[in-house]
Amino acid sequence: MKPMALSFLLFLMVLVLVAMSLSFGAVSLSLNEIISGFSPSSEFYFTIHEYRLPRTLLAVLVGGMMALSGALVQGVIRNPLASPDILGVSHGAGLAAVVLMTLFPHVSVYWLPWAALCGGLCAALLLWLLCGSHSSAIKLAITGIAMATLYSSVVDFLMLTRPLEINNALLWLTGSLWGRGWDQVAMILPWLSLVPVAFWLAKRMNLVQLGDDVATSLGVSIPVTRLFVLAISVGMTAACVSICGPIGFLGLVAPHLARRLVGGRHQILLPCAIVVGMTLLLLADLVARTIDPPIELPAGLMTAILGAPYFLWLLLRTK
Amino acid sequence: MSLSTHDLSVGYHDKAIVKQVNLSIPDGKFIALLGPNGCGKSTLLKAIARILTPLSGQVHWHGENLHKIPSNQLAKSLALLPQTQPIPEGIKVFDLIAYGRSPYTGFWGRLNTEDKRIIDRVMQETEVTELADQLVSELSGGQRQRVWLAMTLAQDTPYLLLDEPTTYMDLSHQVELMHLLRKLNQQGKTIITVLHDINQAARYCDHLIVMKEGEIITQGSPDSVLTRDMLKTVFSLNAQIHQDPIAKTPMCVVE
Repeated sequence: MKPMALSFLLFLMVLVLVAMSLSFGAVSLSLNEIISGFSPSSEFYFTIHEYRLPRTLLAVLVGGMMALSGALVQGVIRNPLASPDILGVSHGAGLAAVVLMTLFPHVSVYWLPWAALCGGLCAALLLWLLCGSHSSAIKLAITGIAMATLYSSVVDFLMLTRPLEINNALLWLTGSLWGRGWDQVAMILPWLSLVPVAFWLAKRMNLVQLGDDVATSLGVSIPVTRLFVLAISVGMTAACVSICGPIGFLGLVAPHLARRLVGGRHQILLPCAIVVGMTLLLLADLVARTIDPPIELPAGLMTAILGAPYFLWLLLRTK
Repeated sequence: MSLSTHDLSVGYHDKAIVKQVNLSIPDGKFIALLGPNGCGKSTLLKAIARILTPLSGQVHWHGENLHKIPSNQLAKSLALLPQTQPIPEGIKVFDLIAYGRSPYTGFWGRLNTEDKRIIDRVMQETEVTELADQLVSELSGGQRQRVWLAMTLAQDTPYLLLDEPTTYMDLSHQVELMHLLRKLNQQGKTIITVLHDINQAARYCDHLIVMKEGEIITQGSPDSVLTRDMLKTVFSLNAQIHQDPIAKTPMCVVE
């Protein structure tokens, strides 16, 4: 199938999933009821406007952005098994969130996303200070993984020594859309401004795939491109993680699926990855909250359950 | 002379591999860089292609310091095909070759008719037209090498730098490649290529540069460069020089 037709089909799928996400839950609503739910006089106003709509929007935004930042990292590290996780951003954000929850339990939860955002950005900054802008992709990846492991061991230490807070921390670390509303949508919106920048870098990303020497010979500055791309990716990942927690495997699996569907040209890969990411997170959240209502599983658990075997399969078939 | 080096030292981690080289690249020639493994010929090539920054000294491009010229400007003049290339995932042959047009296209990489005409031409020259829709990752080593060469040619530069371009090719493709390069040279391209096969270099190239331990030992026409003494000093080989019965170029036969 032509990449354009395929992307369009995926886009339709997102629309269907958005409708399903608004319709299904603890109570199922018909299409008419959903539409009436947009007006404040309706009895479904609270369910739709205050609860399901922001949550669905968030799934679309976060799914798309995490997939996009995954595609960017995979492109610039030149390894399809890479993801924003290897930069230690999500683990840094997780550490900051857990520090706030366990050491400062009296601080309002309002500060949780801000703390996580700072944690993620600081982790990226630290990685950059350790590696510098001229280091090789592989050095960056290995240092990032080492830092991520360090952060998660501190997280483990904090949770084990302060068992009272362990539930909240664990729930946050699994990644979920539960209880998120318009405030969180408002926090994520400014970061959308990075998406056009990512598209502007698409041509350069293509040339990075040809190796440092050829890319340089074609007029692309590798250190500058890498810095730009990683900075965008870090910003978007930190923003997403600060709102929804580290939703496992999304940034790894979505761009990889997209690459299998439409190939490696970033002009088509990036939009396709975004749509695949939206689809996956909408689906994961939908399944997580309709599987046994009113009990909700975290969406991050669903993406991990699906993502981990896929990742394993990828590794096994890599020569 | 558009390209020249002045007391050029290049290397890795402050260790000079190319040492204080002064070299003028003659315009319009088909030049081979020869020498034993580790003599610095690839390193010199990479410095001329601005991949490596000099430890000291300069490369001059029309009298200017090459490493100070904006990279995207030079991309229309100098093209490099390195010795080994990564295998890009999910990229078709046509797309890879089209990437060679990047210095000329806008930010989105859209190809105009001129770009497409040049891509068509280089695909015919390198005989990869029928591979256009295949994935680069599914090609054989020799096919892939020709596709990469086509990408480099699509860059449409007056200077072409190649690092052992024949490495993964069978004999008939090697011969075809050398013929193609000579044809491109006759059309006006200056070609500088690192080669291992001295006889191949003597047969097809018209200017040989011989390096040893980071220094230039000798340079000139194959007849003047390919001598018994040179082979003894540079390669520690005892060899006789004969005339190639067909091309009438010098040819070495190891004793």
